[in-house]
Amino acid sequence: MFDNLQDKLNKAIRTLKGSGKITDVNVASTVKEIRRALTDADVNFKVAKDITDQIREEAIGQKIMIAVEPGQMLVKIVHDKLTELMGGQAESVNLKGSPAIVLIAGLQGSGKTTFTGKLAHNIKKQGRQVIVAACDIYRPAAIAQLQTLGEQIGVEVYAEPDNKNAVEIARNAVEYAKKNSKNVVIIDTAGRLAIDEAMMQEVENVKKAIEPTETLFVVDSMTGQDAVNTAKTFNDRLNFDGVVLTKLDGDSRGGAALSIRQVVSKPIKYMSTGEKMEDLDIFYPDRMASRILGM
Amino acid sequence: VGKSKVDEEVLDELEEILISSDVGVETTVKIIRRIEDRVARDKFMSTSELDSILREEIAVLLSENKSADVSGDFETPLGVKPYVIMVVGVNGVGKTTTIGKLAAQYHKAGKKVVLGAGDTFRAAAVDQLKLWGERVGVPVIDHGMNTDPASVAYDAVKQGTETGADVVIVDTAGRLHTKVNLMNELAKIKRVMQKFSAEAPHEVLLVLDGSTGQNAFIQAQEFTKATEVTALAITKLDGTAKGGVVIGISDQFKIPVKYIGVGERIEDLQVFSKQTFVESLFKK
Ligand SMILES: Nc1nc2c(ncn2[C@@H]2O[C@H](COP(=O)(O)OP(=O)(O)OP(=O)(O)O)[C@@H](O)[C@H]2O)c(=O)[nH]1
Ligand SMILES: Nc1nc2c(ncn2[C@@H]2O[C@H](COP(=O)(O)OP(=O)(O)OP(=O)(O)O)[C@@H](O)[C@H]2O)c(=O)[nH]1
Ligand SMILES: [K+]
Ligand SMILES: [Mg+2]
Ligand SMILES: [Mg+2]
Repeated sequence: MFDNLQDKLNKAIRTLKGSGKITDVNVASTVKEIRRALTDADVNFKVAKDITDQIREEAIGQKIMIAVEPGQMLVKIVHDKLTELMGGQAESVNLKGSPAIVLIAGLQGSGKTTFTGKLAHNIKKQGRQVIVAACDIYRPAAIAQLQTLGEQIGVEVYAEPDNKNAVEIARNAVEYAKKNSKNVVIIDTAGRLAIDEAMMQEVENVKKAIEPTETLFVVDSMTGQDAVNTAKTFNDRLNFDGVVLTKLDGDSRGGAALSIRQVVSKPIKYMSTGEKMEDLDIFYPDRMASRILGM
Repeated sequence: VGKSKVDEEVLDELEEILISSDVGVETTVKIIRRIEDRVARDKFMSTSELDSILREEIAVLLSENKSADVSGDFETPLGVKPYVIMVVGVNGVGKTTTIGKLAAQYHKAGKKVVLGAGDTFRAAAVDQLKLWGERVGVPVIDHGMNTDPASVAYDAVKQGTETGADVVIVDTAGRLHTKVNLMNELAKIKRVMQKFSAEAPHEVLLVLDGSTGQNAFIQAQEFTKATEVTALAITKLDGTAKGGVVIGISDQFKIPVKYIGVGERIEDLQVFSKQTFVESLFKK
């Protein structure tokens, strides 16, 4: 893909005549190639358009040294741009408060429950007292899933199998954490679609009831064009603090990361890179930029 | 919008709709080229003509495979007994849920169903399938967690055969197609089933998440290599994602889309309809 893009750009630029400077006219075809490469990597169509417009502005007037691979230079411009847009530096989660409360939300199957386990595992290793709460009252065996993970990592799971009120369970979990002097409580919630009004209201109510220190939106890195709609709606309803990108152990290009960052301006805080409890990493914008470009 | 003649602007708009539906650059360019050719040939095309031609072109790309039409409904006899379906796909796409829904449909159509809890890896995966089995009222063969999935599959086929079941559906753990060992494990599950019944599985159903972007293409490619996928199910189409990537998949691999998932409830499974799918691509 990367070689592909670089070749295409080289070709587009080689057909130019004249000064060797990028001009308004000659940049058009290269910009189109860049835009296609981005949408092929699942960057949202409109986001890709905005970004390539910015790149066009920045590229125009710059000296292109035909001898030293103009395609390479353009790719570097694009890479730097993507890195900058995704936030430059890695950002961590806020675990202040007693207890610190972390709310986990996202679409069905995105990796919330697995991430809940991973984050708890990570926090526990830092020597803090952490519990997780099972507030998915819908999915068959959701509680059992979290309990299995809890056992694996030696973390207590707060659950109320007979309670069909997610808000109550979340509130009780926080009370329980306070009484038992836990430092951190992580709330796992059911997967939901952004257009499911009742379910969005539920998670909004959970948030209001427990006032989390940190709300994280978990999204599958394989997500396509729809990532922006989902992220926007979840952000409108929850005003989340950060994004968790999952399943990065595969070969998805992860353009959703860039789209979401552009649309909601919230940092990506973690990358989930496998099914095991250890498979968690902080987010590196420059690596993500390379990945999107297939480098 | 509001235009009567197909020009560059109309085609740009079309490109935007297709790309925004995850159709992908390659397939989008292919579709637009075909339209351009027809415009060039017919000189003039109104936007309403464009609309119907577009639907035709996309329907053509969604592979024509007769087997899909035959076994799409749940009443028709399946020809063999038991008809064995192995369900595969990457993590979290909706395999187990789709199995629950399929079991319900076959059960409702009067068929005897046996399920195999072949995901022995993901936390509480066996419990999840057993709850679906209870919901539907069909038996689930399980060996518990962390056991050999191939042996579960074998037993499910054996049990299905011995109890005169019509359909056996085997769940497998989610796996990314980049994990060679796990992909080889799928081939092994298949082989072991074949020791009991040479033709099994009669169907390898690849489940794709409708909100997945271009990676779904590679998923189809790799799972096909490992297990000879015979049918596709696209889930989570009750959301705003359009699942357009299956147009290219179905065109290139000639694998029919059989089912779509439109929710989490037991009845939220539909037999795929090309027409409805194409309509939904163009719905705002
Ligand atoms: N390969 C891989 N698999 C993952 C990763 N994160 C989660 N999974 C798998 O993805 C599937 C779904 O993960 P869950 O944690 O159950 O997702 P969820 O968001 O809680 O799902 P619902 O509660 O049903 O909405 C499981 O098979 C997990 O093992 C990851 O980073 N890499
Ligand atoms: N909205 C919606 N949710 C669905 C659909 N199909 C499945 N889900 C949900 O997606 C999540 C994952 O479904 P599973 O059936 O566990 O997926 P899986 O492929 O078996 O997952 P693993 O075994 O962990 O790889 C669950 O929360 C399901 O309820 C669908 O068609 N629409
Ligand atoms: K949809
Ligand atoms: Mg969950
Ligand atoms: Mg499953």
